[in-house]
Amino acid sequence: MHTTTAHVYPIDNIDTDRIIPGKYTKTLDMSALASHVLEDLDPDFAKKVQTGDILVAGNNFGCGSSREQAPIAIKAAGISVVVAKTFARIFYRNAINIGLPVIEVEKHNIQSGDSISIDLENGVVTNHTRNETYQATRMPQQMIDILNAGGLVNYLIQHGDYV
Amino acid sequence: MKQTISEKIISKHTGKPVKAGDIAIVHVDGVMATDATSPFAIKAFREMGGKKLWDSKKVSLIIDHASPAPNETVANLHKLMRDFSAEMGCRLYDIGEGICHQLMVEDAHVKPGDLFLGADSHTPTYGALNAFAIGVGSTDLAATMLTGKTWLKVPKSIKLTINGELRKGVTAKDLILFLLKELGVEGANYQAVEFTGETIQHMTLASRMVIANMSSEMGAKTGLVDPTGLELWYPFEPTFADKDAEYIRELSFDVSALRPQIAKPHSPENVVAIDELKGTKINYAFIGSCTNTRLEDLHAAADVLKGKQLSNGVRLIIAPASKRVFNDALKDGTIEILSSAGATFITSGCGPCVGSHLGVPGDGEVVISSTNRNFQGRMGNPKALVYLGSPAVVAASALAGEIVEPE
Ligand code: SF4
Repeated sequence: MHTTTAHVYPIDNIDTDRIIPGKYTKTLDMSALASHVLEDLDPDFAKKVQTGDILVAGNNFGCGSSREQAPIAIKAAGISVVVAKTFARIFYRNAINIGLPVIEVEKHNIQSGDSISIDLENGVVTNHTRNETYQATRMPQQMIDILNAGGLVNYLIQHGDYV
Repeated sequence: MKQTISEKIISKHTGKPVKAGDIAIVHVDGVMATDATSPFAIKAFREMGGKKLWDSKKVSLIIDHASPAPNETVANLHKLMRDFSAEMGCRLYDIGEGICHQLMVEDAHVKPGDLFLGADSHTPTYGALNAFAIGVGSTDLAATMLTGKTWLKVPKSIKLTINGELRKGVTAKDLILFLLKELGVEGANYQAVEFTGETIQHMTLASRMVIANMSSEMGAKTGLVDPTGLELWYPFEPTFADKDAEYIRELSFDVSALRPQIAKPHSPENVVAIDELKGTKINYAFIGSCTNTRLEDLHAAADVLKGKQLSNGVRLIIAPASKRVFNDALKDGTIEILSSAGATFITSGCGPCVGSHLGVPGDGEVVISSTNRNFQGRMGNPKALVYLGSPAVVAASALAGEIVEPE
């Protein structure tokens, strides 16, 4: 399992308008989405992220609209996993459907720049910088199956229907 | 087994009794997507290998979020929707027909007892009809367009009992803003909220829609209104919760003394009684959105503005919830009252609510709006300050040039 760098925004209720403002969502162009991700929160965010990095936030991440562009923009920017204390319902589901792993970790001590690795199946987050591990909430099996398929599109290509 | 409304409706759609926490694969009665979500849904549907819809009569696509198209990119996304609908034989609501949620209810695409999916976060609005309706993303929607099914976790439920007669000038909007303050923006995360009590049971369908609509702002999976007293233009069978159904939280409120409520920037839970905002100057007033621009809302605004003129330097924009609402308001003289007072009417649709085209506020401008969200940047400018209130409060404020309650 390779380790990646954390970008931490310990803020609650980061909503979908702050993840990707509505004015940028009218496109099917992923790189355009990626370049504006979280810009109202941190104008340099898209520049800072290296492919594979993880995003860490507080409670109720992704609240607001059902726009799938929110997790898509995060994924397109290079983020490989989002860790939050809790997620808003539709965001959580959308992220898994598009193949962006999201996990809920109630207590952790992750700071920006920490080196992190994540075991999704068992819900364990390891902080190599601080030599700590944190337990995540386990996802419903249906979600793990969709994530393992690489998202809902591939899941349905493989199975043809919900199974 | 004693069941909540959610448990009952989901059980009916999965063919066996379920309880909160169960994972169920359910048959869906209908789906809809907007111009904000259809393009991705169409893309995902094709990627899944979709050649035809599971049932073309049960799929509606609505052009309401950036309508009419403000630029060529959006115009091409709209064209994609029109072409797809023509090819698949599903219903397309084109520009100006109205806001998705209004149209689904007006045209009875969703009915009491249904299980409905919308690729829009305010899909719980149909809980006003006693339907179990949830917002999903485009890919989920595409999967249902293909299979007629989805999977979901049966939610736990919160029961809110509201009693007491609302004072004159206090509306369903004030009530739901008050409840948002009490519960917070994640007060119902992953859960269903059931609204009951005599205050709710006496509400019109339009007011019930305001309540169910903003259950989304509590993070709720859906909001379900007690069908007692619900009046529709077609026969239906109501679904009631069992007496001893299990709730994770039960709260009761007496709202007979409630004052008009306002959500301050930048969160819909940031709610205070209007009295605390006396003297807050405004630049721009908006009456619109799936929350509050039905006929009763336009009537409330017209009652305030009849024979009067907007305050100097204040603009009032109105986007009726649907063409039908607009036509009804045209016939009964409401449009003339509002227009003569200085209001500007724009296309029936989402309009400035989502900040993707019309009516973006300027830097530092203060907006009073009848919509449901005031997140930073929501109306298209992160430097604007958006306050939320009822249509009557918006109209009164447009008249006074500052936030005031209707006389
Ligand atoms: S009116 Fe506003 S809240 Fe309602 S569906 Fe349109 S954009 Fe969403």
